[in-house]
Amino acid sequence: MTLARVDRPRRAAAAKAAALDALPLRRRRRRRSRLTALAFVAPLIAYLAAFYLYPLYRNLDLSLRDYTVRSFVSGDAPFTGWDNFRTVLDDPTFGPALRHTLVFTFVSIAFQYVVGLALAVFFNRHFRLAPTLRALFLIPWLLPLIVSASTWSWMFNSESGVVDYALHVVGVDPVGWLTSPDWALTSVIVANIWIGIPFNLVILYSGLQNVPAELYEAAALDGAGAWQQFRRITFPLLRPVSAITLLLGLVYTLKVFDLIWIMSKGGPGDASSTLATWSYRLGFGTLLPRFGPGAAVGNILILIALVFGLLYIRVQRRQEA
Amino acid sequence: MIPTRRTLLAALAAVGTLASLTACAGGSAASGAAGGTYAFWDPYPQFDAASAWGKRVSRCGTETGVTLKRTAYDTTDLGNKALLAAQQGNAPDVMLVDNPVVSTLVEAGILNKTSDLGLDTKSIQQNIIGAGAVDGAAYGVPIGANTLGLYYNKKVLSAAGVDPASVKDWSSLTAALQKVKSAGKKGITFSAIGTEEGSFQFLPWFWGAGGDLTELNSAKGVAALSLWKQWVDDGLAPKDVLQNTQTTSWQEFATGDYAFGENGTWQLGNADKAGFDYGVISIPAQNGGSAPVPTGGEFVTVPVQKDTARYDVTKKIVACLTSDANLLASDTTLTYVAPVAAVQAEQVKQNPKLKPWVAAVAAARGRTSGGLGTKYPTISQPLWTAVQAALSGGKSAQSALDTAQAGAQKG
Repeated sequence: MTLARVDRPRRAAAAKAAALDALPLRRRRRRRSRLTALAFVAPLIAYLAAFYLYPLYRNLDLSLRDYTVRSFVSGDAPFTGWDNFRTVLDDPTFGPALRHTLVFTFVSIAFQYVVGLALAVFFNRHFRLAPTLRALFLIPWLLPLIVSASTWSWMFNSESGVVDYALHVVGVDPVGWLTSPDWALTSVIVANIWIGIPFNLVILYSGLQNVPAELYEAAALDGAGAWQQFRRITFPLLRPVSAITLLLGLVYTLKVFDLIWIMSKGGPGDASSTLATWSYRLGFGTLLPRFGPGAAVGNILILIALVFGLLYIRVQRRQEA
Repeated sequence: MIPTRRTLLAALAAVGTLASLTACAGGSAASGAAGGTYAFWDPYPQFDAASAWGKRVSRCGTETGVTLKRTAYDTTDLGNKALLAAQQGNAPDVMLVDNPVVSTLVEAGILNKTSDLGLDTKSIQQNIIGAGAVDGAAYGVPIGANTLGLYYNKKVLSAAGVDPASVKDWSSLTAALQKVKSAGKKGITFSAIGTEEGSFQFLPWFWGAGGDLTELNSAKGVAALSLWKQWVDDGLAPKDVLQNTQTTSWQEFATGDYAFGENGTWQLGNADKAGFDYGVISIPAQNGGSAPVPTGGEFVTVPVQKDTARYDVTKKIVACLTSDANLLASDTTLTYVAPVAAVQAEQVKQNPKLKPWVAAVAAARGRTSGGLGTKYPTISQPLWTAVQAALSGGKSAQSALDTAQAGAQKG
């Protein structure tokens, strides 16, 4: 619009003369442009409302009412406030599930990030075959989760698993990876780390492409070794990329359900159940669904993710300031 | 701007016309069959429209003069799908569901009593239809029944010097397992997974000790769980029973290394393909005799419809699906035992291997029977958790079942 006006200075005079008449016209035009803007935003708003807001609202509603199978069908479940949340918090499963969720999330992310970063730095040296090898590392990401999770669960099988066989070859007693309550959580974490490494590798590697090569040259001239270059250049310059990688990883990992469900069903007992698997079990895992408490656990999970999201925004603001 | 908007409008109009055209086409296709379309759901995704089962279903539609639209869901998914559909007011006309789900759906108020529909269920075995009855009223017609037994590998047993006829109670079974183990083979495999399957497989032992589902931590319940725990601890059963579904447990047995496998009627077809001689005995009770086993199998149910005029046709469809001739054919396809004595006799004549299973089904008990109804799911979940906790070595049988009982009482 502005460009058009600059292009046609001669018309400006005429326009000024007609300024009085133009005032309502301009207002009309502004209103119309606002409507156009709204029309452009409308599909997005409709999409957000239909696929994000409404499900969220329904989930909150589910968690605040006493849904039995009967009232679920008839739709007249009584409002019970925080009762479902109280039930869930008082449940003996809650403590362990929360602890498992946190251990699962933080141990997974720590290893995924460290290994992903190491591999990214390694592949950044552009040796021969580097692109091929890097592509191979993406395989865990490309495989359907049901395939990788089932494969891990076979590998960890206590009767005929390849992991126990390897241990046997080097003379270590077999471990009941998925059948012992001491090892089940470790097993699903190992599998999850393997699945998450490519994601960290790809994002950190692309972050590395933005670090100017001159910095390394200058540092080398000043006599900085490889470790110092990493500590003083690579790591600080990767900080924004690292932050988003960690946050995304966190949100993804908090809600991991399929991997654990396929490998161990959260068992044995509750040994590897997290808030996500517990929520599913409450809602769909038995013959008599308990939608209310299941939704309550889901909401708690959303809250935890939200807290970390806000934390991220805060850290990012401070970095920008 | 204006031309684009015009094009957009034109495009929208075109799409709209197309949509209404296809809608018309859909409508006319549906009204092609004289009586309209009736929806039918079942938990057999393994059978497609070209399978014997799929054809039988559509033939029952044709015979009643309607189009029967069949949709197959995974069995664990079907109950929730049914609840959702009922909530939206579009439940199917006929639905085949696993028997313990019936009481949940009745609790939700979405199933019709068979007596209200005027369906004849007199010829059906009491204990089989009892698995789908709530407060004495049946809410469906069983399509067939299955249950659990002990498959054994003849070669492994004879190599270990065990006579299968000697297995009469728990102590003789454990002794047989020990003999097999010392002969260098593996004892028994079953499924103790943390789902309904785990409870299903544990129930014959629990009931075989005289256990009562309303009192999980009684001495009898503890005895049953201790038996399983002792087997796993002594290496008579593999540790991975904790992860085994009934299918993976069958695959273990089919390797030919195991002497016994606890599994269901539905594996008979696979047993013939396993490549070794096998036999079947009933699961022994603690002190001899056959243990009561849980009834498996599906019920033909009729969900409540707003348009009650549909029931007339629905009733005919159900009658067709559960007619003696069709039961014989369906239960042969599914390797189920028919719920009607006359058809059972016919089945045994065709396949003598079904004989022990007919006896087992006659002694079977519904999981939701005995007035448990929807209490059963709230007992079953703590029960399988207890089995997992005890077998994994996390807890003793007693303390695992104490926790389970406390959980079951809370509901």
